[in-house]
Amino acid sequence: MKRQTFSFILIFLSIILFFILNLVLGTISIPFSSIWNIIWETGEESDIWQNIIWKTRFPQTLTALVAGAGLSISGLQMQTVFRNPLAGPSELGISSGASLGVAFIILLSGNIGGTTLSKLGFFGEVSVSIAAIAGAITVMAIIIAISQRVKGNVVLLIIGVMIGYISTAVIGVLKFFSNDEDVKAYVIWGLGSFSKVSGGRVYIFVWIMITLIPISFLLIKTLNLMLLGEGYARNLGLNIKRSRLYVITCSCVITAIVTAYCGPIVFLGLAVPHLCRGIFTTSDHRVLMPAVTLMGASLALICNLIARMPGFEGALPINSVTALIGAPIVISVLFGKRKNEIN
Amino acid sequence: MKRKQGVIEIKNLAIGYSVKKNKKIIAEQISSTIFSGEMTCLLGENGIGKSTLLRTLTGFLPKLSGEIRIKGKEITTYSEKKLATLISVVLTEKLEIKNMTVKELIGLGRSPYTGFWGSLTKGDETIVENAISLMKINNLAQRMIHTLSDGERQKVMIAKALAQEAPIILLDEPTAFLDFPSKVEIMQLLHQLSRKTDKTIFLSTHDLELALQIADRIWLMGHENGIRSGTPEDMALDKSLNNFFARKGIIFDSDTGLFRIENEYDKQIQLIGHGQKYAMVRKALSRNGIMASRQINSEIQIEITEGGIVVNQFGKILFVAFSIDELLEKLML
Repeated sequence: MKRQTFSFILIFLSIILFFILNLVLGTISIPFSSIWNIIWETGEESDIWQNIIWKTRFPQTLTALVAGAGLSISGLQMQTVFRNPLAGPSELGISSGASLGVAFIILLSGNIGGTTLSKLGFFGEVSVSIAAIAGAITVMAIIIAISQRVKGNVVLLIIGVMIGYISTAVIGVLKFFSNDEDVKAYVIWGLGSFSKVSGGRVYIFVWIMITLIPISFLLIKTLNLMLLGEGYARNLGLNIKRSRLYVITCSCVITAIVTAYCGPIVFLGLAVPHLCRGIFTTSDHRVLMPAVTLMGASLALICNLIARMPGFEGALPINSVTALIGAPIVISVLFGKRKNEIN
Repeated sequence: MKRKQGVIEIKNLAIGYSVKKNKKIIAEQISSTIFSGEMTCLLGENGIGKSTLLRTLTGFLPKLSGEIRIKGKEITTYSEKKLATLISVVLTEKLEIKNMTVKELIGLGRSPYTGFWGSLTKGDETIVENAISLMKINNLAQRMIHTLSDGERQKVMIAKALAQEAPIILLDEPTAFLDFPSKVEIMQLLHQLSRKTDKTIFLSTHDLELALQIADRIWLMGHENGIRSGTPEDMALDKSLNNFFARKGIIFDSDTGLFRIENEYDKQIQLIGHGQKYAMVRKALSRNGIMASRQINSEIQIEITEGGIVVNQFGKILFVAFSIDELLEKLML
């Protein structure tokens, strides 16, 4: 128990540290004291620095923080519901659905509307978000409808993967028929980024996530029972169908919204639950849920920092960083687990 | 002794699966009663519907027709929550949880009673401790579930069922995959539980011998005419067991009330003596196709003496063997 509290404090401190580093570091380095002055408005700092902090770094850091937390929660929920360590937000085809929606908007706009959407600025941004949410929700509706009919979780997972394949295929066809500029815009969206959202819309995103995350905490007891498998959970009074609906919906909504604002971010949702299970050596969601939330936020901040390192600016998409960090984490946790089992 | 009560009463029950409007009946016309403070064993061949019956009794599967009354009320009138406090189960599905201690798992058995977050109160903790000591698994309490052996895990699952504090415990083949001493241990623990806690314990099993020796009541599930139930002894007397398992190679020994393997005899021999040695020589001979007993008159006689096993022919000593192995070897020549 003591070790767990210690880990919690450590993760929490790492969030504060990386939050600050995210504000300080970048192509233009701003000293910590100036950041302090800018945030608390306690002194005169240059307008350029103020702009960098308020218009770029602060929103981006905040986005990374809540997106990381949200994706990790979503991943934990998926892994528990499907009792599959490989389940994650993208495995059910939710991300693919969002991608498909965005592909329709970005890739077809050039052909039909005559202008490429990327040139439309704010309107383009909003319509991309709407398309992503629409795509994600469509897939989500299909998955939920199926989840109420089929029994096995494996079947559902396979259907999710199949939906992923179908979207990839359709996107491939769309790409073929659209102009280079649109394809490039779509590819860039697909790389994911915490800085895509601009201005006041960041705060809408943050507020949505701040309401969704506590809601997902309400499912802790349900998730703990689901660990036991369907038979035992039912025998302990859990309504399996309804619980599955709640958990999948919750997880899907979070993924859909994060994907709409940041593009498909891979690996965070998969890696963080594994990492937390390893660190906290428990399957109890009363510990795992807060752990995953904090760890996800912290890891997203680290990834964002690496992606923005001087010299990498713009060259290193966030998805490459999450994959490069996430994959070794999953592998090392799995190896570490082996060792623990032997001891 | 407490007066036993019929806790689960079944009348004209039909079980099976219904897909859309097609009903697939697996067994029907089942009528019987399960009593409290007793251990009842459900016996029957593979595929006869034992698991289906258990699943129906737990409320996992809707019954096709008939009545299941639990504590006097029809099962369908109970809510899922209420049912969770009446029936607890031990299933065949294997747990795949990593990083959970035995105690945490047993604690989950308290779920029907715990609050919104599922935290255990002092009272819950005591109940969990009691369940642990009833199953005599205090040494396992802090172990991780995935490190347990099959037998240990089964005891933990029974402890979980106990922590659920339901008056009825249904177990689906709790002794499958266990080694023989563990099978006996689990069966005896369950039997003691039924006595100590006055719980209704109902389990399906393939361990015929054990069930006949330990169970208070057995249910035989056959292809026809539903279920026959009674004490193992009554079932032996009225030949139900005999008929039920009548098959080539198995015979029911009415003297012991147990089954034994039927041997085909091609020789008969007179065996004189008594005690354990007599029984063992007789057993060894019977395995080798020789029927041996006091009543038989034969040229060759085998006599069990203090010194050894003496083999006579027409009153003359042929040889003396000092172990059964030696006896068999020389006899075969």
